[in-house]
Amino acid sequence: MNRRDSLKAIGLTAISAGLVLEACKPGKEKIVKVEEEAQPGRQDFEIARDKKLNSYKFFNDHEMATITVLADIIIPKDDKSGSASEAKVPDFIEFIVKDMPEHQTPMRGGLKWLDLQCLNRFEKTFKDASLNQQIEMVDDIAYPEKVKPGLAQGVAFFNLMRNLTASGFYTTEIGVNDLGYIGNVPNRWEGVPADVLKQYGMEGV
Amino acid sequence: MNEFQIKKSGIEYDAIVVGSGAGGGMAGYVLANAGLKVLMLEAGAYFDPRIDSQQLKWPWESPRRGAKTTRPFGDFDASYGGWELEGEPYTQKNDSEFAWFRSRMLGGRTNHWGRISLRMGPDDFKPKDGLTADWPLTYQELKPFYDKVDRMIGLYGTVEGIESEPDGIFMPPPKPRLTELFIKKAAQKVGVKVIPGRGSVLTEALPNNKDRAPCFYCGQCGRSCKVYGDFSSSSCLVIPAVNTGNLTVITNAMVREVLTDKSGLATGVSYVDTKDLQEHQVRGKIVILGASACESARLLLNSKSTAHPDGLANNSGVVGKYLHDSTGASMSGYLPQLVDRKRYNEDGAGSVHIYSPWWLDNKKLDFPRGYHIEYGGGFRVPGYAFGWGMEEKNGTVPGKDGKMKAAGGYGAGLKDDYRRFFGTSVWMAGRGTAIARESNYCEIDPEVVDKYGIPVLRFNYKWAPEEVKQARHMQETFKEIMHAMGAVASETHDADTNYGLEAPGKIIHEVGTVRMGDDPKKSALNQWCQAHDCKNLFVVDAAPFVQQGDKNATWTILALSMRTAEYILQQKEKLNIS
Repeated sequence: MNRRDSLKAIGLTAISAGLVLEACKPGKEKIVKVEEEAQPGRQDFEIARDKKLNSYKFFNDHEMATITVLADIIIPKDDKSGSASEAKVPDFIEFIVKDMPEHQTPMRGGLKWLDLQCLNRFEKTFKDASLNQQIEMVDDIAYPEKVKPGLAQGVAFFNLMRNLTASGFYTTEIGVNDLGYIGNVPNRWEGVPADVLKQYGMEGV
Repeated sequence: MNEFQIKKSGIEYDAIVVGSGAGGGMAGYVLANAGLKVLMLEAGAYFDPRIDSQQLKWPWESPRRGAKTTRPFGDFDASYGGWELEGEPYTQKNDSEFAWFRSRMLGGRTNHWGRISLRMGPDDFKPKDGLTADWPLTYQELKPFYDKVDRMIGLYGTVEGIESEPDGIFMPPPKPRLTELFIKKAAQKVGVKVIPGRGSVLTEALPNNKDRAPCFYCGQCGRSCKVYGDFSSSSCLVIPAVNTGNLTVITNAMVREVLTDKSGLATGVSYVDTKDLQEHQVRGKIVILGASACESARLLLNSKSTAHPDGLANNSGVVGKYLHDSTGASMSGYLPQLVDRKRYNEDGAGSVHIYSPWWLDNKKLDFPRGYHIEYGGGFRVPGYAFGWGMEEKNGTVPGKDGKMKAAGGYGAGLKDDYRRFFGTSVWMAGRGTAIARESNYCEIDPEVVDKYGIPVLRFNYKWAPEEVKQARHMQETFKEIMHAMGAVASETHDADTNYGLEAPGKIIHEVGTVRMGDDPKKSALNQWCQAHDCKNLFVVDAAPFVQQGDKNATWTILALSMRTAEYILQQKEKLNIS
């Protein structure tokens, strides 16, 4: 069997058919059926797992609306790129808490904590409070080193919310372009550009 | 018809190879190319990097953005498997915490490994400190095979003339990234030697090979390579061997035991098809185990017979013993002076660009042997956890206006911080020699079987004070280097965490469970990796290692396996292979 034929045999030309890997000799018992996979390089259980996670919702509409407001406060639209919600960060957070159940209670409980704080302060939930009220609330939980007594749970929640928002935003096309990351393409690495070497005094290293 | 029956093959192969990783792949390649009829059994799925690699996928192509939920090194990593496999447990003894990584796929763990390709040195084979047993061969005896592996597979590096870090036949190494220049400068300032990395990645065309293309610098060797630009056993050994017409591969074939006749010689193996659970027996004139150090030991211990009552090749009782994994500890952080750095593509090669071979004299230290340090950092394609912990960073560096700001925050200012800190990360990881000890071992758990009914391994492994002291020394070195370059460390480790010493097995360099030696009372294999007690049985993975050095095991596995395969060809008549 030459290489071209073997590549054919191992599926370069076959997308959906179960493929057969067959050595030329000896005997007839060499036929090996390789399991069909809908997505190259993905295991069956992974495909099934993703399908299952996408088949139900964890957050209710109120929670999703709150997450959306928070995500856009954390990463708003600016002159360089869009907002968290434009990058579909809330959808990512919905998926990731199902994928990583350890985030479920901190997120659900944190959202509830936030609403209770706002109800006590403003007689409104966080999402229904005015923008000024929302910012007043966020200012109290966004700065870990300045936290007032009794609000540390809010800081822990906001840290998680900030981290998930950043993870969700900078892993989208909008976020990657915002960062100015220009790799993940075939190229040739020739070392640090001369002007950068000079900038940091690394010419002789 | 009886539904539960064993299918017996009528064919007798010249050789049956169990496992398709570095060791099994090399043995299969050499023997198939020499015209032997070889059957290779792989417990996992078929995998061809050309088709199955997740290379160049963007983070948004994964719903979890490449997170590690189902694969220990992330959604895009090439390993089917990990430290835990559904239905294939292992157990622990005496509070042991051995972690056993298994890749169930063609090419095994070579699809995702770091491609760091180091030779062991003369003293690694014949230690001068008397602490561990000699290998039954010298560096000089293995050197021609290292040379052949270098030429056949290709690696980059530089000739340095360091005796304990023997030079190979190298392609040019990739140049250091900016972060790595900072590391190199700082390390040298504190007396730590830094040299270009040694990685099995083609930085130029491999002579006489039309199947593999040179590296295109995506930095994603862990995903395996669609152009075969790096070494995976699947792409570089097994698939080419299949193309000779002499190697047959059966995937999803979990080998249960090695079959022997009354005289104690191996006659073949039995395996279960993991998809339809059909039992099979296949026959071979010789049997070659390359199932991984622990899996090969398990197979031997599970292959009991009248001729081999304690398991095959185990008259000495050493099978399973002397298990050892590299020590490992690490530190990461960031370089504040790199905020707002200029953007360019520095993905580079997917193996290390620089490293520090062991540089000290043990006479002045409180632990034996040594470790090397691997380094990296800079711009990487963002993935899950990008920007995580910004609240611990953005209060430490002045803003663009020169003023310090409160840590944490939100809004446009925070958004700018993510940009500013992008590409400032640095990391370093020590990989050291752990001493092979009889008291660290795997054995068959008398009570537990896996989902195929195969008795599982039980581990007993404790780090000794020597290894903890080595980890402490690593941390002290990391701190000095981080300090010398003005980096901020994200996390530091002290005595409470054994100085960040990873649990055994976490570095995935486990070796030594079916060790070689000249004395059949103290070893299972002779110097050709041939069982003392069963002349047509060979082991070609990392199980034969007597004692690792601080060198990653793969290059030595390849050289040893090639040497064993050539020995088999020389011994064809004695082994009844005509």
